Amino acid sequence: MKKNIAISAFALLAASAAHGQELRFMCYQDGNECDVWADAFQTFEAENPGITVVVDVVPYQAILESLPVQLEVGEGPDLARVTDYGGLARFMLDARPFVEDADTIEARYGQSLAWARVGDNAADGIYNIVDQLTATGGFANQTLFEQAGVDMPEPGASWAEWAEASVAVQQATGVDFAMALDRTGHRFAAPAISYGAALFDESGEALVIDDGFRAFAEQFVNWHEDGTMARDVWAGAGGGTYQDAAAEFINANLVMYYSGSWQIGRFGRDIGDAFDWVATGGVCGPEACTGMPGGAGVVGFNHTEHPEAVGKLIGFVARDDVQAQVLAQTRNLPANAELQANGIDYQDVTPEVAAALTAFAASVPTFSDTAYALQGYQYNRAVFTSIPARLTQAIVGELSLDEALDRLHQDVADAIAEAR
Amino acid sequence: MTALFRTLYEGAFNIFEKPMRMLQYSLGAHRMAWVFLLPNLLIFGLFTYLPILLNIWYSTTGGDRILLGDRDWVGGDNFATLFDCGSYLDPNSCRRDLFWRAVHNTGWFVVLQVGFMILLSLIAALILNRTIPLKGFFRAVFFYPVLLSPVVVALIWKWILQRNGVLNAGMDWAGMGTVNWLLDPSWAFFWIVFVSIWANMGFYVLILLAGLQAIPGDVYEAAEMDGTPAWRRLVRITLPLLTPTLLVVMVLSLIRAVQAFDEIYVLTGGGPGSATTLLIQYIYDVGFATRPRQFGLAAAASLVMAGVLLVLTLLQLAATRKRAEEG
Amino acid sequence: MLRFLTQRRGRDRLDMTDWIAFGFLGLGVFLMLGPVLWLTLSSFKTEAALQEYPPKLLPLAPQFVEVEGFETALQRFQIVSGEHAGRELAQVRRVGLNAQMIDPANPDERLNVHINDREAVRAVQVETENYTGLFTRFNFLRYFWNSTFITVVATVLTVLFNSMAAFALAKYRFTGRNTVFLLIIATLMIPPTVTLVPLFLVVSQMGLINSPWAVIWPAIATPTGVFLLRQYMLTIPDDLLDAARMDNASEWRVYWKVVLPLSAPALAVLIIFSVMWRWNEFLWPLIVLNRSEVFTLQLALNSFQGELQTAWSSLLAMTVLTLLPITLVFAFLQKFITQGIAQSGVK
Repeated sequence: MKKNIAISAFALLAASAAHGQELRFMCYQDGNECDVWADAFQTFEAENPGITVVVDVVPYQAILESLPVQLEVGEGPDLARVTDYGGLARFMLDARPFVEDADTIEARYGQSLAWARVGDNAADGIYNIVDQLTATGGFANQTLFEQAGVDMPEPGASWAEWAEASVAVQQATGVDFAMALDRTGHRFAAPAISYGAALFDESGEALVIDDGFRAFAEQFVNWHEDGTMARDVWAGAGGGTYQDAAAEFINANLVMYYSGSWQIGRFGRDIGDAFDWVATGGVCGPEACTGMPGGAGVVGFNHTEHPEAVGKLIGFVARDDVQAQVLAQTRNLPANAELQANGIDYQDVTPEVAAALTAFAASVPTFSDTAYALQGYQYNRAVFTSIPARLTQAIVGELSLDEALDRLHQDVADAIAEAR
Repeated sequence: MTALFRTLYEGAFNIFEKPMRMLQYSLGAHRMAWVFLLPNLLIFGLFTYLPILLNIWYSTTGGDRILLGDRDWVGGDNFATLFDCGSYLDPNSCRRDLFWRAVHNTGWFVVLQVGFMILLSLIAALILNRTIPLKGFFRAVFFYPVLLSPVVVALIWKWILQRNGVLNAGMDWAGMGTVNWLLDPSWAFFWIVFVSIWANMGFYVLILLAGLQAIPGDVYEAAEMDGTPAWRRLVRITLPLLTPTLLVVMVLSLIRAVQAFDEIYVLTGGGPGSATTLLIQYIYDVGFATRPRQFGLAAAASLVMAGVLLVLTLLQLAATRKRAEEG
Repeated sequence: MLRFLTQRRGRDRLDMTDWIAFGFLGLGVFLMLGPVLWLTLSSFKTEAALQEYPPKLLPLAPQFVEVEGFETALQRFQIVSGEHAGRELAQVRRVGLNAQMIDPANPDERLNVHINDREAVRAVQVETENYTGLFTRFNFLRYFWNSTFITVVATVLTVLFNSMAAFALAKYRFTGRNTVFLLIIATLMIPPTVTLVPLFLVVSQMGLINSPWAVIWPAIATPTGVFLLRQYMLTIPDDLLDAARMDNASEWRVYWKVVLPLSAPALAVLIIFSVMWRWNEFLWPLIVLNRSEVFTLQLALNSFQGELQTAWSSLLAMTVLTLLPITLVFAFLQKFITQGIAQSGVK
């Protein structure tokens, strides 16, 4: 069925070429998101005769690197599933005039709608409907803790306590790594904020290197030196390259892994019965216990020839029943407040996966304002890619920590200056 | 199959024969050279030189926009930023330290990669030029990695080199202990040189082999009768006669080494730290991968690189031509 | 075979250099082919087996056994230590550090086994679903056709245009010849990665976005091709061309009927390269082709890479599939090149 999406859409297009409107939806997927949306759009097409939606599944790299270039010269799809809201904001279509019930959407998605309301975009515009809310957070290998006879820190324990416990478990069980954190500034930001980093100055510009930021950066580098953190993840790459440690966790080679909600489905599938794992809940610093929100969402573009149809589709994507049905299959967290409150009836999940999904969903409302501000910041990608580039240099000894932090500040400032 | 090919070949000839003959009558035979050049030049003009001109425009303007009209004129600012350095030998003293780290890395990479690759390719070509069984098979084996896409090359070696990869499993088994290959700056650099030789060597083996086979056999027979030792035959006869081919190999491999990117980017991501960040990766990172993009700076860096390459190539050509004239 | 080995260079014995030569070749085969075989073997592994350390050479999968009274099959384990050492048991469930196990022959008795005392029983199992999944998951044939179309058309045009230019540069004397040659060679200095954006501007102005021609046109003039062919054509004696001209042949006939056939070995090399470049091309198609009906295989292959996760098993299977055609083209032309080189050597 899925393989025929393009062909059947093609046939439909030919049949309704005279009055039909074809929308192209450029989609990337971590799991099965695009396939599930393609199914859901059949309902939309049935409800809106004359509009067809073609889903083009592309690599994430196409969304990140090709799409902005295409949009800038006036090419590109009518809609896409994206993550860089700030960077694409000026190409986005405001769906407010075309949706049936803008107020309901505002009530349901208010928090994530703010992410695209940057630059010249309208302060009440409906640009993006997040269909995969993500929350960063920790995972722990419970079986290893039991084997080592170490008590697992409770939710709300500090980073230092987790580090200490993980190292104890690592030494007792002989696994390779105690802790790991994905190689991106997005993951790094959460503990940094918890250590008191303000990130933004009074005028709302990033990136401020204050005592809080410096404190966690120093701690982080030290953890690499004493072997608490898995060196392979951050030191194993250069520049802003993303790298995760999921394989290590799946192989029971890592005690505590700070990543995010999108790993849950994969852990459920690949770990299976091999060991018990849990979501750690909030991990705290001296100042806060926050994680970072994030997520992919569907946006329309303002160069489209069929703004009304695009707006209708955005309205469809935002609907409670549609989101509930799609998220049940993609096993993602809802950005929709109604669904957050009522919960989602996930399909085919083990109790472990369900527990982790619940734990992560529950953590979302506890995230700090700074975390949301960073996620909604127009130039947050500059922050996310510069942090690993510079801190890795400090970790491998190319730069001292002070030099690295100075360079980091300068890099972000240079990038932002270029965009002005 | 052959018959079909022959028919197509004849057919294509007949289609063009008449118009080309007419052209020849009206232009004269010696101007036909331009007719033969035309399609190529048109394509180069449109798809290579026009973009290069646009790139020059980018390098003198600022902003993260692509459309030329949206960009502000900044003159030589981008170049000045790149060359803003306390000392060119110490990247830390430069405003764009990563650019200079990339320059240094690229320099080392080019020297090592080109040097070892030519040496190994030459040895392989000399061996494959001997009368050995299964010659075709061996030749194919050496060439095969060239066919792989850079991404595949990098992925294969990433598995082999990772902490718990095949290489470490083998070393562990042999009792040599394990090394975290891609986490140590020196080892990581060794492996990017190795992998890029692995992936590209077959191409040069093939060219050198063609060059070797073009050397007439009787030259050797005469030398063999004189009782000249093998190594002396190599130095006195083979290498001088191979010089034109070696020149091609040197020029091409140097250019491609300076431009090395894809397989290294996927293999190490330029790390650890910036130990394996080469020039093109710097350009790619600054101009595409990070947001907001700094096209101006990327374009300026690419022009600097192209300029240096052009000078290096001309020097190489001049040096060999001079030597050929003297010899 | 033995005679082959002993016939080397008219002598009876293998000397030192022969041993070194064979050592070098043996190492070469191991280094060059080993990784590719590894890739192929891995493409038959399950996603979980791919993540496993230390990696196994063969694709192994856990084994299951049907036991009376249980709806689903139970996983088989070998007990390596503890009180039940030596027995093979089936696992009912695992709770923390202990596993509840039973002997399939005696399903009523529950045994408690520490999880470190057991080892999963595994056997070679080829995961063909990595491959078959590709055909059901998306329109494989469509992408295959798109890739083939681009590769074939681009290669034909590359060979035609580059050999024409090389012919002009190798066999005519005219003012500006060196300048033109230099201008063409100079394009080698600019790697395609750095002109992606301006090139995209040009191509989009021409209205080629989402057409296979957006990939074909910019690719068919290659400095490497012109350079290789020109160098080769320089070795073709001018007498042959002049003889044809005496017979009143047009310049086109000289090019098509005399020079092209004589350049066959160099053309074969260029064909291999052009096929390889176009078939493997990724970054440029990624930017100019974004509708699924014009996707190439490489784009489809990379759509297994998400932002945060990569479906390795499908990616590897797809990689092996995309390698097949190019291997075949190479196997076919390799023979041709060998002949060509041999002939040019005799000359």
